[in-house]
Amino acid sequence: MAEPPQRSPHLRRDGAWVGASVPRREDPRLLAGRGRFVDDIVLPGMLHAQFVRSTEAHAEILSVDLSEVRAVPGVVAAYSAADLNLRGVTALLDRPPHEFVPTAMPVLAHDRARYVGEPVAIVVARDPYAVEDGVEAAIVEYAPLQPVVSDTAALAEGAPLVHAEAPRNTLVDVSLFATEGIDAIFDEAHTVVEVHTKTGRQNALPLETRGVVADWDDRDEQLRVQTCSQVPHQVRTVLARCVGLDEKQVRVIVPDMGGGFGQKCVVGREEIAAAAAALRLRRPVKWIEDRRDALTAAFLAREQRYAVRAAFSAEGEILALDADVVCDMGAYSCYPFTAGIEPLMASAEMPGVYKIPAYRVRGRAVTTNKAPTAPYRGVSRPQYVMVVERVFEKAARALGLDAVELRRRNVITVFPYKGVNDITYDPGSYLESLDLCEQTLRDEGWFSRRSDENRVIGIGFSCFSERTGYGSGAFAQRRMEVVPGFDISEIRMDLNGTVSVTTGTLSHGQSHETTMAQIVADRLGIPYDRVKIVQGDTDRITYGWGSFASRSITIGGSAVAAASVKLGDQLREIAAHLLEADVDSAELDGAGGVRVGDRSLSFAEIADVAYLKAHLLPKGVGPGLSATASFDVGGDGTFSNATHGVVVELDPGTGGIEILRYVCVEDCGVAIHPQVVEGQARGGIAQGIAGALFEQVTYDDAGQPLAPSFMEYKVPTAAEIPDVRIEHLETPCAFTESGAKGAGEGGTIGAPAAVLNAVNDALRHTGVELDDTPVPREAIFRALEKA
Amino acid sequence: MIQLIELTVNGERHDLAIEPRRTLVDVLRHDLGLTGTHVGCEHGICGACTVLVDGAPARACLLFAAQVEGAEIRTVESLAEPDGTLNDLQRCFSEHHGLQCGFCTPGMLMLAEGYLAEEPEATKEEIREVVASNLCRCTGYQTIVEAIDDCASRRRAAFQDQLDRSTA
Ligand code: FES
Ligand code: FES
Repeated sequence: MAEPPQRSPHLRRDGAWVGASVPRREDPRLLAGRGRFVDDIVLPGMLHAQFVRSTEAHAEILSVDLSEVRAVPGVVAAYSAADLNLRGVTALLDRPPHEFVPTAMPVLAHDRARYVGEPVAIVVARDPYAVEDGVEAAIVEYAPLQPVVSDTAALAEGAPLVHAEAPRNTLVDVSLFATEGIDAIFDEAHTVVEVHTKTGRQNALPLETRGVVADWDDRDEQLRVQTCSQVPHQVRTVLARCVGLDEKQVRVIVPDMGGGFGQKCVVGREEIAAAAAALRLRRPVKWIEDRRDALTAAFLAREQRYAVRAAFSAEGEILALDADVVCDMGAYSCYPFTAGIEPLMASAEMPGVYKIPAYRVRGRAVTTNKAPTAPYRGVSRPQYVMVVERVFEKAARALGLDAVELRRRNVITVFPYKGVNDITYDPGSYLESLDLCEQTLRDEGWFSRRSDENRVIGIGFSCFSERTGYGSGAFAQRRMEVVPGFDISEIRMDLNGTVSVTTGTLSHGQSHETTMAQIVADRLGIPYDRVKIVQGDTDRITYGWGSFASRSITIGGSAVAAASVKLGDQLREIAAHLLEADVDSAELDGAGGVRVGDRSLSFAEIADVAYLKAHLLPKGVGPGLSATASFDVGGDGTFSNATHGVVVELDPGTGGIEILRYVCVEDCGVAIHPQVVEGQARGGIAQGIAGALFEQVTYDDAGQPLAPSFMEYKVPTAAEIPDVRIEHLETPCAFTESGAKGAGEGGTIGAPAAVLNAVNDALRHTGVELDDTPVPREAIFRALEKA
Repeated sequence: MIQLIELTVNGERHDLAIEPRRTLVDVLRHDLGLTGTHVGCEHGICGACTVLVDGAPARACLLFAAQVEGAEIRTVESLAEPDGTLNDLQRCFSEHHGLQCGFCTPGMLMLAEGYLAEEPEATKEEIREVVASNLCRCTGYQTIVEAIDDCASRRRAAFQDQLDRSTA
């Protein structure tokens, strides 16, 4: 049994376990190679599936001939859309037709192919080698159409339509805010700055590609689907609908998962098709996405264009922000979020940490002939934070002020703060994080090194907050047809006094098996290794929304806490009765028992009565020890915040960028496990740097993907990603059960802005400003060459 | 066509009848059930499939099983004691939070084992360069480098200790 660890002095905490970086429960199996990832699952008689995928970006499908496929040795079945006849997947927003156009995503393309890599047919064979041979034997006849491969092409007059029902290729066009009189503010302002930015299409790129093993279980009368998904219940709903089963006839189980980052928080058509094939064949079917498909045909993200203006007073007060955001969402709306996910996020949140009195925004999602998009860690926030932080840097230059000082004059310092975007911000440490981050770089001597004439060094910052723990109310504002938000937990104590707790969230690297156990351990006064977290199984979990949007610890963690408290009350009630005392005098003793005065009963003794001697229970108390609780964040959720400071050096010989120093001052409220929080920050920052400097999904004019392997899609390694110094501030959240705020996405959100600002600071003597990502090295080279 | 080969993995000999195009990683994972070795790209970049071939780190997705007949193959399953007790490197990964989802971890561990056996005096910067041959999407690499560096110094200290004792 584990001992409570030493307290880490710099962080508060509410008990013995929360706040301590205890050994992770996940580690032993993962380190020993004994995890169970989806590709590790082998079932008797299991078949292997792959997809015939469109070779055209935009085409009518004239015919799909699978007869040769079926003749390949080892191939068991091959199905086109016509063979399987499945219902499509349609994600909906409750918005009028001029704001949102619903489009169906077929499980397999039938009349029309809309991107290279779109699944057209599924081939099932006895082994993974034979299935590849089978896929190659398919004959699909296309009548190519002109592809739409950029947002500007999509919006051009007379552009071909990706979906006939969506004029101007626009799926979402929403103007959430328009402060009255904003034009006059711009007309009269002392200074107006503009930022025009295009950000590259990126792949969330979990190292484990997507995959599924599906089989029909006659004994359970269930289609059992083991899939790497962040949202098992949503997969169940869509799958049941597509194949025409009841929800209870589908069981979705999530094994260990090698990362998701959002790419796995939407329902994938391949998992539906593979399950449908298993149902049809009554044999287990496995599909493991290969890397080529993962790079070209999986859900992508982040390709956005911003045209932004901001007005400032002579004293450096921001007066107004006016933004036009166009997101290239690719060929389809993802379920359940829709193509609105990126433009609505940007529109709702852009004012961020600043006191901006006037705001106007138009957010659009356009559809193009590229692989569709899904939420990706940070969702739009890495982009709009970058844009807003560029606004501040440019304004500082125009006003002749220091950029950090300009931010200081404008960040929200009095909480709760009601923003122009109708959001109430709960307390955070915006100013404090900014000050500490700048001071840290100053103390480390970077500002003096910046003035070294012989080197091209720049320093950049980003100051931002991030709404975490979107409750039902906050999601309802997005007007999705299905409204995520709450979480439900059931807790059960067994005869030994150990507990298992369900959560509707889904850890896949975030360490919830450990952190949620810490939360429960403190509530019940037992060691965290006597708490087992149960997740990722639609038969064992009442209902869940999975893990995304940094919701797990804020909402799921609060639900496990609430269930624990209920169970604690039950234990106290029984113990008080057994000890013939008043329930109010009974308290949990912090050592696995209930104390009344100087007498106590261990949980095992109480459980012995609850299960084996139920006749001794108090009147009105049923046998067994279990409780259920749910939690939802009311109001506008809670905001984590951070400031990132980056030092870069540019190489005039190559245009290369080296990150010399990275400092992150973060505040996610009470850190349940500081080491895990730091891990989330570092990993997030690496992905943010990847987007700012390295990774981009590109296509040629015909819509053919140009980065189908890791040779072309440059994922940064340990050689490119710097060490990160992390400092913690702690502004506890008032309405989550443990005071925690979300910590999963902040790193990714802050990095592009800070890196881009640092690059531009290094270019300050050249007169060149670069606002697009990934930052083109030739542009740096040319700028430095001229200077 | 089917080929008969003999493979030694983690000290155990196996006779296999396989197609010549079958990769080492497929044989390990699917024929021998050693699923600790992972597949992240199948084109030699990510390193998730890293195993030791005669002590040296190698990409098991780039090798045909038939090519390594007669070699000593070691996989992640060989690191812990049979009772599950983790070895020093594995413990360092856990202490430094050098893994999140754990998908890259077996490859990182085998890379580090092979490298440290060859270069026990490696500096942190050299370790970083070696870690740069594999991909991790979760950690940002820093804690992986720190874990390996910590393990290397502990091994050096233990070795020095041994020397001191034997000369004392
Ligand atoms: S799977 Fe072998 S290097 Fe990626
Ligand atoms: S820990 Fe997830 S890829 Fe490295």
